[in-house]
Amino acid sequence: MKKIFAYIALALTAFSCKKDNYDPPSSTFSGFITYKGVPVNVSSKDVTFELWEPGWGKNGAITVNVKEDGSFSALLFDGNYKLIIPPSQGPFRSITDAETKTDTMLLTIRGNQEMNIEVMPYYMVREAKLALSGTDVVTGNFRLEKILTGPDERNIESVFLYLNQTQFVDGTNYIARTVLDGGNITDPANISMQVNIPDVISGNGATGNQDYVFARVGVKISGVEDLLFSEVQQINLK
Amino acid sequence: MKKYLLILATAVTIITGCVKDDEFLTTDPTNVLPDEEVWKSPDLVLSVLADLYNRYPDQQTITNWAEFTNFDEAFPSEAGQYWRTKQVDYPVDWWGLWDYGYIRDLNLFVQKCKAATELAPDVQARFLSEARFLRAAIYFEEVKRVGGVPLILEPMEYDFSGDPTYLRHPRAKESDIYDFVIAELDTIKSILPDDANIKARATRGLALAMQARAALYAASIAKYGAGTPAVKLPGWEVGIPADKATAYYTKSLEAAQALITGGKYSLYRKKPEDLQENFASLFYDKSNNPEVIFALDFKLKSGKTQEWTIANQPWSSAEEQQGGRVNPSLNLALQYEKLDNTLSPFATNNGNDYVYYDNPGDIFAGRDARLGGTIMLPGTRFKGVPLDIWAGVMYWKDGKYNIITGDNFGDRDSIPVAGAPKSSQVVGTDGPVDGLQYSAQTGFYVRKFMDPAVGSGQIGTRSDVWWVRFRYAEVLLNAAEAAFELGNPGLSSDYINQVRDRAGFTTQLTAAQITFDRIVHERRVELAFEGHQLFDYKRWRLAHRVWNGETISATDLVSNLGKADKVSTMIYGLWGYKVYHPGNVNDGKWVYRIVKPSNVTAAHRFNLGNYYSLIGSDILSNNPRLVKNPNQ
Repeated sequence: MKKIFAYIALALTAFSCKKDNYDPPSSTFSGFITYKGVPVNVSSKDVTFELWEPGWGKNGAITVNVKEDGSFSALLFDGNYKLIIPPSQGPFRSITDAETKTDTMLLTIRGNQEMNIEVMPYYMVREAKLALSGTDVVTGNFRLEKILTGPDERNIESVFLYLNQTQFVDGTNYIARTVLDGGNITDPANISMQVNIPDVISGNGATGNQDYVFARVGVKISGVEDLLFSEVQQINLK
Repeated sequence: MKKYLLILATAVTIITGCVKDDEFLTTDPTNVLPDEEVWKSPDLVLSVLADLYNRYPDQQTITNWAEFTNFDEAFPSEAGQYWRTKQVDYPVDWWGLWDYGYIRDLNLFVQKCKAATELAPDVQARFLSEARFLRAAIYFEEVKRVGGVPLILEPMEYDFSGDPTYLRHPRAKESDIYDFVIAELDTIKSILPDDANIKARATRGLALAMQARAALYAASIAKYGAGTPAVKLPGWEVGIPADKATAYYTKSLEAAQALITGGKYSLYRKKPEDLQENFASLFYDKSNNPEVIFALDFKLKSGKTQEWTIANQPWSSAEEQQGGRVNPSLNLALQYEKLDNTLSPFATNNGNDYVYYDNPGDIFAGRDARLGGTIMLPGTRFKGVPLDIWAGVMYWKDGKYNIITGDNFGDRDSIPVAGAPKSSQVVGTDGPVDGLQYSAQTGFYVRKFMDPAVGSGQIGTRSDVWWVRFRYAEVLLNAAEAAFELGNPGLSSDYINQVRDRAGFTTQLTAAQITFDRIVHERRVELAFEGHQLFDYKRWRLAHRVWNGETISATDLVSNLGKADKVSTMIYGLWGYKVYHPGNVNDGKWVYRIVKPSNVTAAHRFNLGNYYSLIGSDILSNNPRLVKNPNQ
């Protein structure tokens, strides 16, 4: 008797729940932060923008991270969003949207969508050539192009050449770096920097020595918190 | 018969057991005191006030040890806390505070206290001033953490009309909150008792001390905020215009001088024969302490005790199977000067060889007494038990030094040299063992606020050492900083030299030697582990330069000592080793190495968005008139 009762209770429990009444978000919104179609490279985990979906009572932004190569990707519900890049984010300024006449962009998500977000960077690192010189030095040659001019233009505080053992290369992830003070740049169109490769290239927890490093150039613009970068390049040591 | 008895008993119970409806409904509650009862009795009002005192906000404090390990003062020697030295960025919602529940309770207290009719006027005035002090204190704390907040001075009531929008208030300017705090303290300072023996309640001295601190904060934000234009809001909810700096510095100096010339407080100098012990006992000696102005007090066997000593006791004298959590960093220890007023790293190497010391404590000799007063050093004692802090044995073999060590407290092993004893101790009873929790992983334990009383390290007893929130030395340093910023380095050196004299310095600093770096440095060494560092570095806008996310090496660590903006993103330690080299002059001596604990993997980065903590999206949603903090 008791057993039957237990089975009935179990059966009732099993049928008592319905499936969730919402499907999970399934639309991917992806693209790059670009200037004239060229991705703006930034440090990893530092640059974000916000998506707001009005009409849901309390307000709260969905924060979307921009990856180190300037790409982003977010899994969203279909709907109408407002996209805003907070003024403190990234080594760039947002462009006034033609439709809203503010820094807010209107975004309609219906299914997967790829879209590049155009911004106005202060500078761009152009033609970065990072290569091994000899056996233990990485030399970087590149050009710094000033994009934003006029009242909002900024000076260069310093330029860094970073090396790291992983492809995450930025101001907090590096094993070696050199600094060039902004005041010491004579010709922004022709900058050359060198950094010594450390004797041991293995990170925390890693064993053995690896025969390649990753390098890129970072630019600190005065008064702007996030650094601007060139593309990450792998440099084979053998 | 039985039946009748039962009926009778039931009838009696029913008839007498019930009371009339109106009586039943007006019975006074036995577990809650109604307002009119409370406001008749000074004792009951005092208990209400005690609850309000108890809610006074602290960020780093002795009941919250791990918060001391967020920056570069100390390493967290507990397995569950290593993430603190492994994270790069500080979340922008850290140190946030939005305690309008507390502010409302204070406003209600003020309102009811003003309306009370049955209290003696002087008692009533004191209660009222104390509540106003606490309200100023919470607004000061709010402005330190999130910037200008809505200034609400009356308890707000909802009228149930369905439209709460009239309860929404915008944020005040940052300077408005500081002005409020300063003005409020001006009003109440003459009402509060001028009695230096009152340590746990508000006094005139406390009002002046807080005023000096608040005005100094406002002044430095005005002055140094000019260097970080990004940390500002257009409506000045964050940031203070630079032209206000002088007025605030002047106010700060005035308040500090009023307290200093009042003569009620003085520096603690009860133990001139041992200045290190003198500095340590300043924090645990609760009888007639002339220096402490305001403290959160504790009492044994009352339920209100704290466990700082349990959390941090050295393993060698531990009264429980735990302790040793807060390990002061070498970064901090290096800040303590030699007695000739110079900064210099601890001498570990002499060319390619080590420097050999006869005793483990010799490397720390001839320094600022606050070094040993703040930090437990190898070679000293706690509770009469010698500390046993050393990382291993350096034995000479094959023409070089080799290291043997253990992986637990006081491990024994055999040194692999012919003729060595079969088993000898190869690591100190207190560690350091890298990665072993409760061991001194930086080579140091914390001493400040540690209770030397027997039983203070037992869970069943705990400690009654108080948490000092305001003390005279800080007032002197506030005065020194304000005087320096006002262009009077001579006066500044007078104040700073008093503090340094107590620390054992015999050569006074001259006016010309007072610099901004000096001021920053002096506060750092005097006020370590007292909850000042974060807020000091924020108001000087140094935090994003000192914790800038850049990796530092041991060489970086020991260079540029005493520079206010020296990068200090990673915690280092100083480990001692016993030399085993029979027949050599150095046998049995001690050498030291600078070591980075393996759990320090990240370089801290304080972003501009950390200067003013995040105001949560739920708060912003409820009140659209609030503006967000910058850079988040």
